[in-house]
Amino acid sequence: MGGVHPADKKISKDAAIEKLPIPKTVYISMGQHLGAPAEPCVAPGDKVKVGQLIANATGFVSAPVHSSVSGTVKSIEMVKDLAGKPGKAVVIDVEGDEWVETIDRSETVVKEITLDKKQIVERIKECGVVGLGGATFPTNVKLSPPPTATPTCVIINGAECEPYLTSDYRVMIEKPDQLLIGGTILMKALGVDKCYIGIEENKPEAIKLLTEKAKEYPGVEVVKLKKKYPQGGEKQLIDAVIGKKVPSMGLPVDTGAVVQNVGTAFAVYEAVQKNKPLFEGIMTVTGDCSKQQRNFVHRVGTPLSFIMEYCGGVPEDAAKIISGGPMMGKAIVNIDAPTLKGTSSILYLTEAQTKRKPESNCIRCGKCVGACPMGLEPYLLNKLGRNNMFDELEAHKVYDCIECGCCSFSCPAYIPLLDTIRQSKAAVMKIMKSRPKK
Amino acid sequence: MTNTIIFTIATLAVLGLLLAIVLYIVAQKFKVEEDPRIDIVESILPGANCGGCGKAGCRAFAEAAVKEGLETCFCPVGGNPTMQKIAEALGLTVEAKDPQVAVVRCSGSCDKRKKTTLYDGLATCATIASLYSGDTDCKFGCLGRGDCEAACKFDAIKINPETGLPEVDEEKCTACGACAKACPKGIIELRNKGPKSRRLYVACRNQDKGAVARKACLAACIGCGKCQKVCAFDAITVENNLAYIDYTKCRMCRKCAAECPTGAIHEVNFPPRPVKPAAPAQPAAPKQEVPLNK
Repeated sequence: MGGVHPADKKISKDAAIEKLPIPKTVYISMGQHLGAPAEPCVAPGDKVKVGQLIANATGFVSAPVHSSVSGTVKSIEMVKDLAGKPGKAVVIDVEGDEWVETIDRSETVVKEITLDKKQIVERIKECGVVGLGGATFPTNVKLSPPPTATPTCVIINGAECEPYLTSDYRVMIEKPDQLLIGGTILMKALGVDKCYIGIEENKPEAIKLLTEKAKEYPGVEVVKLKKKYPQGGEKQLIDAVIGKKVPSMGLPVDTGAVVQNVGTAFAVYEAVQKNKPLFEGIMTVTGDCSKQQRNFVHRVGTPLSFIMEYCGGVPEDAAKIISGGPMMGKAIVNIDAPTLKGTSSILYLTEAQTKRKPESNCIRCGKCVGACPMGLEPYLLNKLGRNNMFDELEAHKVYDCIECGCCSFSCPAYIPLLDTIRQSKAAVMKIMKSRPKK
Repeated sequence: MTNTIIFTIATLAVLGLLLAIVLYIVAQKFKVEEDPRIDIVESILPGANCGGCGKAGCRAFAEAAVKEGLETCFCPVGGNPTMQKIAEALGLTVEAKDPQVAVVRCSGSCDKRKKTTLYDGLATCATIASLYSGDTDCKFGCLGRGDCEAACKFDAIKINPETGLPEVDEEKCTACGACAKACPKGIIELRNKGPKSRRLYVACRNQDKGAVARKACLAACIGCGKCQKVCAFDAITVENNLAYIDYTKCRMCRKCAAECPTGAIHEVNFPPRPVKPAAPAQPAAPKQEVPLNK
């Protein structure tokens, strides 16, 4: 249901993943996952190695953070993120590239899974693996569903439905075995025997390669998906692959499916098979006006400006720089902000591509209703939101909005629907949370 | 023909009369007995239903006043005269409160605080505040899209298009607090209107270190503390690189405003100071580094 068709623009799809050089200083953020920020366990002056624990998880929904470099801790200070908001970070002056001895750095693909179900989840937790599809939800929490839910299958999200982004595609092409082993590990962690890999049909090479390789991995099946945005949305993916709908205000695992991004599955492989914590990420530098089209492995905490300089600098006609995709990404205000575990791209867009046209009146054409993948009525939610009618907004299920942006994309009057709906959703959810529980 | 007319009129008249009797009986049987004083209090109130008192409208205020007394009730729109009338009507006493007014604590106008990003999304302050730190280098300052103006029911606060900042009309302002609640940056404060409508306040909310604040805005409070040192009444506190004047302690001596090197302290409705003959030159273009004036 719903969805829109933005242009693919996978212009960076043939750029093989390269290793990004290490900067002189890294700024490792404590709040790079959903949930409570991590608490540093190092102090200025401490020497650290690559992969060493530098911050502990605080609470159930939280994740530990590991150093991505070797060197000396310079300070623990407030560092501005890409939106200009300050957050605590551990700043490390880089010296050499010495790794913790427990990490297996060899290139050999380790197929046999020696850990049991409980140990797998524990290892994923210790390695600080978080969802790399954008939400950065701690993976070990997702793999520990509530007792009321019974998982029946794993779905690996290889849709990568946002235009321009190609890091997941490159992982599928370059590291298919590691990905499939990651899927197998996830099956074991959840105690299920079925793993689907959903791939949009605009990635035929990935579909062909993984379908062929999946024959060696029992229980793993590649599913070709229709190309549509937001096919990679968790709820949309579950519907497309197993035909079940996630109930409103329910968890995806209520349908039996546990969804993990391709990048996350790869990180799970590295954590469980190589004992490697998550301190590197895979990202794309792209854009029609970008000087270069490249995919990189970056060390977490690398300043974005360092990456921009390495890729030929910011193009003169770049008007907006986005971290993420053009539909749901965030505009970068502070280019010195460091990369996070979930950083997926630096996307350059020109003024012609991003300048908003003047808003005119809603004529109830209904295009937004047709576009909404959650079956909501954006024109109505917008009107209710502008008049702060919270009761009606709740009745019209504004909390089901996944903030995909299809409504704003389809509006012929250029009304910024998502901007209003997003704020209404936050206000309504705040009201709902503050109600006394029965 | 006339029979039809007479018959129609008669039928309708009888029907009307019957229904009127039914309505009257129902109205009497299901009448809600209310304390008649609630109606009296409601008629005294201004009837703006602005919520400035913290109650759900003027009727709710009247109910609370009659049922609970006047301790927790104050109508900022009607002010002391209205509260006095209500107190008399209820046979209670009420203390007069100092009239208050909304005050905009930001002096970062377009010429003093330059824009560093171009924002063309939904033009409301709440949207910008939810997305990022704002389109200037001061992440505490006014965003200028007029959420305060939209919230005001009394036409008392408007964005000045030249400065990009809101301005309060103190004649119209009722200190209901709607603008202060609407501002996502917490810039607007309700402060005492002051004797002869005079008041002093620090028109800045920037908590960054002095050099950082000054680089973002020429009129920022740099937290130097000179105002605090010169205040003889202990009215000024400097916390997190930002000064704040407690209006209950301030005696309007104006020494702090004279000491402030950036002009962050605003004086409202005071007579102009005598100009010293050796006054330093006024700052020229805002982009130049200006010497701190004394």
